[in-house]
Amino acid sequence: MIDTINREIRWQEARITRIVPRTKTLSSFFFLPPEPFTHRAGQHVDVRLTAPDGYTAQRSYSIASAPDTGPEIELAIDRLDDGEVSPFFHDVAQAGDDIELRGPLGGHFVWSPANGGPLLLVGGGSGVVPLLAMVRQGFREKSEARVVLLFSARTAAEAPFLDELLAIEREWPNFTLRLALTRDTPSRASDYGRRIDGPIISETIRTFGAAPKHVFICGSNAFVNVAADRAVEAGLPAEIIRTERYG
Amino acid sequence: MATRGFTGRPREPEQRDRVPPGQHLVDYFPVLTAGPTPHIATESWKFTLKVGPRPVKTWTWAEFNALPMTKMVRDIHCVTTWSLLDTTWEGVLIDDLLADAFIEPPTKFLLAHSYDGYSTNVPADDLLTGKAMIALKYGGKPLERDHGGPARLLVPHLYFWKSAKWINGLQFTERDEAGFWELRGYHIYGDPWKEQRYTDD
Repeated sequence: MIDTINREIRWQEARITRIVPRTKTLSSFFFLPPEPFTHRAGQHVDVRLTAPDGYTAQRSYSIASAPDTGPEIELAIDRLDDGEVSPFFHDVAQAGDDIELRGPLGGHFVWSPANGGPLLLVGGGSGVVPLLAMVRQGFREKSEARVVLLFSARTAAEAPFLDELLAIEREWPNFTLRLALTRDTPSRASDYGRRIDGPIISETIRTFGAAPKHVFICGSNAFVNVAADRAVEAGLPAEIIRTERYG
Repeated sequence: MATRGFTGRPREPEQRDRVPPGQHLVDYFPVLTAGPTPHIATESWKFTLKVGPRPVKTWTWAEFNALPMTKMVRDIHCVTTWSLLDTTWEGVLIDDLLADAFIEPPTKFLLAHSYDGYSTNVPADDLLTGKAMIALKYGGKPLERDHGGPARLLVPHLYFWKSAKWINGLQFTERDEAGFWELRGYHIYGDPWKEQRYTDD
């Protein structure tokens, strides 16, 4: 699954075409790059903002859109109150603005239907974004891979893309969504009203009926450590577990 | 060209000399890892120095801790754009490691290997003459598991993915052989001051 990047990844000024709020703190920003590119689900782009004095700030954002859905790419950006770049996007940026970005980047935390399944995805909060790209692609291409997404958020209202994920689950028999809500009572009996722990990970693995082939875990470092440790304790080999931590 | 409406955080003049382009300062030590965080007991920890496929010397945890210890205070820079200033480390200089194995650098390149299967390549010149160490302590305390404990490579003048966590060996190689991230689109050398983040930067 090594995806060697051989071509130069150039900076380009991509136009914001629209901004769609997803939760109170997270919005989707749709960008149209002048030189569109094809990414793999799980990859990210780097975004660069330049101040009038030449100072630049760069951040990486995971791509939420599935590959091959058109020239636009969707970045889902969570507003961090003490941040430097995300408040700019939420408070200043508007449709029509040109923002420097380059991509696609990242050759490890990537999956495509050709890589097969079963696929276990574990996301905490905005860590669901690169996993959403995988689910969206699997659904679009009606992948034969069995996919389970274990998604932890404080409340259902704070779980971005929840309505879309529930809709995909209704329409795509290979896909199962399990929620772990830490400050909310889940409305479905199959979801959990607590933080991800060993029993939740073990039960989620059992929903496959077979051992997962690939595991992707994304979220804060603390979240990823808990999920990855419990997955290893549940018997999954460390080699199949890929993690991305929002340092 | 300036981004409409972006000013950025206030910046101190002296920081400009210490923070490479495209980096921003953080006041904590972020953790980024491509897989699960390994558990490595010091009782079973081993470090092996190799020339090509040939092991030259292996140290146990006790033997390694008996080597000369050196302290370093350095600024560190992660390719994900955070920089942390004045980090304090203690460990064994690569020079002292080679001296203990009674070898001179036989080739110009090395691969660092880790318990989790990770690897990264660094030229010998960048590891010698006091530039790099196998760090056992951070901030005066044993290195935490999250940050690569019991031992990690510290090459502070290169992007921090070169400072391999959970290190268990160094291997001299004939050629500059790409490691884990270098095979996955990241720069072969990784100088933060030249912004060598990705392959063709």
